[in-house]
Amino acid sequence: MKNREKKSLRDAYGATLAELGAQNRNIVALDADLSGSTRTSVFAAKFPDRFFNMGVAEQDMISTAAGLAAAGKIPFASSFAIFASGRAWEQVRQSVCLSNLNVKIVATHGGITVGEDGPSHQALEDLTLMRVLPNMTVIVPCDAVETAAVMRRIADTYGPVYVRVAREKFPVIFDADYKFNIGKGVILRHGSDVAIIACGYLVSKALEAAEELAEEGISAAVVNMPTIKPLDEDLVIQMASTTGAIVTAEEHSITGGLGSAVMEVVCENEPVPVIRVGMKGRFGSSGKPEELMDYYGMNAPAVAEAARRAMALKTGPVQQNKKD
Amino acid sequence: MKFTQDSKELTDIARELRVDILRMLARSGSGHTGGSLSCIDIITALYFSKMNHSPHFGKDADRDVFVLSKGHAAPALYVALARCGYFDRSHLDSLRKLNAILSGHPYSPSTPGVEVSTGSLGQGLSLANGIALGYRLDGKKGTVFCMMGDGESQEGQIWEAAMTAAHYKLDNVVGIVDNNGLQIDGKVSDVMNIEPIGDKWRAFGWEVIEIDGHNMESIMDAVDRAVAVKGKPALIWAHTVKGKGVSFMENKVSFHGTTPSADELEKAMAELAAV
Repeated sequence: MKNREKKSLRDAYGATLAELGAQNRNIVALDADLSGSTRTSVFAAKFPDRFFNMGVAEQDMISTAAGLAAAGKIPFASSFAIFASGRAWEQVRQSVCLSNLNVKIVATHGGITVGEDGPSHQALEDLTLMRVLPNMTVIVPCDAVETAAVMRRIADTYGPVYVRVAREKFPVIFDADYKFNIGKGVILRHGSDVAIIACGYLVSKALEAAEELAEEGISAAVVNMPTIKPLDEDLVIQMASTTGAIVTAEEHSITGGLGSAVMEVVCENEPVPVIRVGMKGRFGSSGKPEELMDYYGMNAPAVAEAARRAMALKTGPVQQNKKD
Repeated sequence: MKFTQDSKELTDIARELRVDILRMLARSGSGHTGGSLSCIDIITALYFSKMNHSPHFGKDADRDVFVLSKGHAAPALYVALARCGYFDRSHLDSLRKLNAILSGHPYSPSTPGVEVSTGSLGQGLSLANGIALGYRLDGKKGTVFCMMGDGESQEGQIWEAAMTAAHYKLDNVVGIVDNNGLQIDGKVSDVMNIEPIGDKWRAFGWEVIEIDGHNMESIMDAVDRAVAVKGKPALIWAHTVKGKGVSFMENKVSFHGTTPSADELEKAMAELAAV
């Protein structure tokens, strides 16, 4: 697991966007002065007439993208995740989602692995902000292969989409022939004692954790859940009923993101313990990406520990209540 | 609908639309009266004379587009759309009602003729720019008109969009500021002064045309001049009166977000009939 090749998701985004641009002249791209970092620069170099740098003005970028969509274009608008989701949230809500316009927001530098730039630039709330919007689809690819597959799929699917990738290179999980479907999770490893449902960088950490647990005789399933909204509810319920304990893992706040989405489905359909791995109610700090992942408990040991806790809770609630 | 170049005829249409606005708002019991009456002359000139549009055009025709950034003036847009045949006039009775096609602010999926959703202020000009960029890519000839409020001009996004239109030389965008001088909390100059507004737009790279926004000939001439500007966007800076056309509503902040009572409606109808 630790020897997997690492590849950049944003590189995959830029290359795939340029590839799509060659196939469909209705595809346009917008950026807010970060095209080199988000990799929309690759598209800009090939299709300068269809690329619009909006300057440091994310709100204007999102509403302009909505106008382009209203005129029949398929705009891909990019910035860092915190600005695309947070700075322009109400523009995403009114200009894009309320009119159900075909705008693709591809946010890079999501999560804490943006690292040294510190808490102002670490988007740990973006999935929550986007997930709450009607009409919006929210996707977090786990590797470069899935990123490219996501881009091809959303370009062909009408409606607002928010895709979150990161600055760092992530281990490659999938083979080149991987097929991505919106709203479908992928079982990467079968297991019967506990299910780890993860997205983004935490998918590779979850696979590491499952190996660690296997050495202890614990059978952990691992699910890659790239679509946060609409969530693959059937798969979540299936995991709850077959294992009886769930762990969620995301490079994001445990409030409102993948963990909350899974809990909502589990509580209403197949109540079993759910332990969330992610950022717990605090802002990050500057530091090296992996250093931060370890410090804030978004690594393989943390996922494995959460799995043990979730399993311990399988018969827990009744006992707990009796103490009261 | 009927297009005309006759300013007297357009003034008559605007008066009839004022009647429609007031009846509709009185029936609804909720909505924005003052800012709808201040911009209705300009909307009349656009929809009944200057804009190339029709409810029967396909999406790919060289049609002009109107974006109401000051979305609270939706009643002014709705009465024009109804009279142009975008939907049956009977819908005016159900403004702001549950499941009506006419929401409190323009909501594009529900109202024929409303191209984009607006209401939360400051986003309309960006939307207009986006449509204009899309038009340019497709070689379409249409102009995108965007009406903003003077109070709305306090939103930072307006100025982001002003930069964008100038940077991309969007001469197919025409901005209009309905400069009625009042906002919810009082005079614009007291709440947050936006003057010198014409200088600001000029400094942002726009051609600015200053007019009396209730003089139909001036409005028609300004639209022609604005559309003819090449190489940069044009702004029509229209001086208007909030509540225009009804004496006891004119320049009254209290009529920003309120509707006429039965008595007030009767008095207003008498005034408009006497014109």
